[in-house]
Amino acid sequence: MELLSYRHTALPRAKGSKQQALVGVVASGDLEVLVERTLPDGECEVNICTAVAGFGNLWRAVVADFVDLRSPGGLKLSVNDGGARPDMVSLRLAQAVHAVTGDHQ
Amino acid sequence: MMLADILRSLFPQGHDVKIERGLLFGRGSLPRGPITVIGVDSRTPVGVEEAAWLSRKILNALRTGGIDPILVLIDSDSQRMSKRDELLGLSEFLAHLAKCLLYADAQGHPTVGLLYGHTAAGAFIATALATHTLLALPGADPAVMDLPSMARVTKLPIEVLQDKAKTTPVFAPGLDNLAQTGGVAKVLDPETSLAAQLEAALAVMSASTAAQPSDIRDQMGKERHGRPKAFDIAARVRELALAAR
Amino acid sequence: MRDELSWYESTARQRLVGLLDADSFVEFLGPEQRETSPHLPVFDLPVQFDDGMIVGHGRIKGTHVFLAAQEGRFMGGAFGEVHGAKLTGLLRAAREIGSTPVLILFDTGGVRLQEANAGEIAIAEIMRAVIEARLAGVPILGLIGGRAGCYGGGSLIAGCCSGLAVSEQGRISVSGPEVIETNRGVEEFDSKDRALVWRTMGGKHRRLIGGAEVYTDDSMASFRAAALYLLELVHALTAGTLEAEQNRLEQRIARFGHCEDAMDVWALLGATDASGVPGMAYADFMTLAAGLEAPHHDAR
Repeated sequence: MELLSYRHTALPRAKGSKQQALVGVVASGDLEVLVERTLPDGECEVNICTAVAGFGNLWRAVVADFVDLRSPGGLKLSVNDGGARPDMVSLRLAQAVHAVTGDHQ
Repeated sequence: MMLADILRSLFPQGHDVKIERGLLFGRGSLPRGPITVIGVDSRTPVGVEEAAWLSRKILNALRTGGIDPILVLIDSDSQRMSKRDELLGLSEFLAHLAKCLLYADAQGHPTVGLLYGHTAAGAFIATALATHTLLALPGADPAVMDLPSMARVTKLPIEVLQDKAKTTPVFAPGLDNLAQTGGVAKVLDPETSLAAQLEAALAVMSASTAAQPSDIRDQMGKERHGRPKAFDIAARVRELALAAR
Repeated sequence: MRDELSWYESTARQRLVGLLDADSFVEFLGPEQRETSPHLPVFDLPVQFDDGMIVGHGRIKGTHVFLAAQEGRFMGGAFGEVHGAKLTGLLRAAREIGSTPVLILFDTGGVRLQEANAGEIAIAEIMRAVIEARLAGVPILGLIGGRAGCYGGGSLIAGCCSGLAVSEQGRISVSGPEVIETNRGVEEFDSKDRALVWRTMGGKHRRLIGGAEVYTDDSMASFRAAALYLLELVHALTAGTLEAEQNRLEQRIARFGHCEDAMDVWALLGATDASGVPGMAYADFMTLAAGLEAPHHDAR
């Protein structure tokens, strides 16, 4: 198993007051994202546990894009990866932020 | 130990246990009193007929009243694997057998299992694991699934499974593993009186009071370092549920 | 619309939302507790924060209930150490409280092989806890319609419940199709013959032969109605219940023990077009089932 962790700062705070949410399932090609509003407003941390080692650079890039797009300040996102492709990862991360900011899909 | 020797050592005062198509039924005499005996012999698979036969014997024993213990002797295969058994609803038959044993125990008939041979999967759950206290003789070999089948299903080489089994008792077949995870309470000594050892086990069960949990297998699994989390997780969920209104 | 969402396609969490009154579900030992499997990492397998079992309480049309929902897409919904222990703890509490029914949303292939001994013993502990709760007067209901079905030890737990609801997509069986084929050959059971699998183990057959009280369609609304119906219907477990069940099971062998296939069973039950049953839409099947033998409500 590989554990990856990425921290970003100077971010806009994620809106809303919901403290926690969970999206996704650890199935083949999928992932679960637990999002917790536990960090200082401007910070975001994404922690990933994956059985597919060696893709650190890809995860870093996906997370960086996510942070740029979604304003996840204050959020800690914890991922259990079932071998998902980058587009699925981006989707679930975005869904996680929506779930906790109250945005409706 | 052969079944005849086991029965002789369990019931030196006598018994009338008979075998019919691989299934056992009878009564044995212990110093404390009579005991109902049912079981599966000769690695017989447990299908719908077998399960219904055994559960009928338990219900007959319950109908006569009293609080005589029920001993379940086991040397079975897994459940019978066939289209016909599943068509007829084998899950209901096996569940019903387990229910009869569980009900008997709840009604004051202590249920004890004695595993002396093999058992596996659904048959294991419906017989041995449906008793209050499961004992075993050395050489018994319970399994959830045999290792070659596990290798096939998990798509791992059997050598890999054998290697991992050296570091954890949580998945591989075998008496030691089932004891360490809390499924088997005690392995008996075949060299000394089985009657005395069964009496001792029944005495411990009688001493259990309503204040104690009726199922201590998760506690045993924790104490023996076979199931490190089950006891605590069940306890925490129970507490949270009790507090929730 | 929420009510029409597919039970089969939904996740366990989506089923809880669809089944229960809005915002009524409160989870025990939720994912933020991170009580994951200590055994899956030994096999380099990913964990899930809830270990594929969600337990908690909520309301269904105002009635307070405990719930346990299995995620069939995580490790096939199989019973592992933590997964099983969550349900055991819930049932033990239900027994002590006495007045709160339990709904189990089954979606399981049986025991999780990587933790086989823990899963097997957990199933036995759960069965004991189900029976003790039922003896304390607590209804324990099973809802079956997920992708993994209700196989192996899960089917034995289902057989201990006060009542069961099953959809067409649901399957209930001790041995799975592949296991029967591997052990007995393709002549005995062709696991690739989907029609055979559904005739032998699927929801329609289980409803007709008496393996489940209620047949649902694949919607949240149908399962919710089934749960409410069963809550009113089921009653206490007594020696009489077990005697009645013994009789119904013995009669089943006597009547159908010679049948080669489910269609023979259905024909004996009185279905004039047995071969048409698998293709029947929900309403037509319900009419057929109602016209045949009623389930034995006092014998489970």
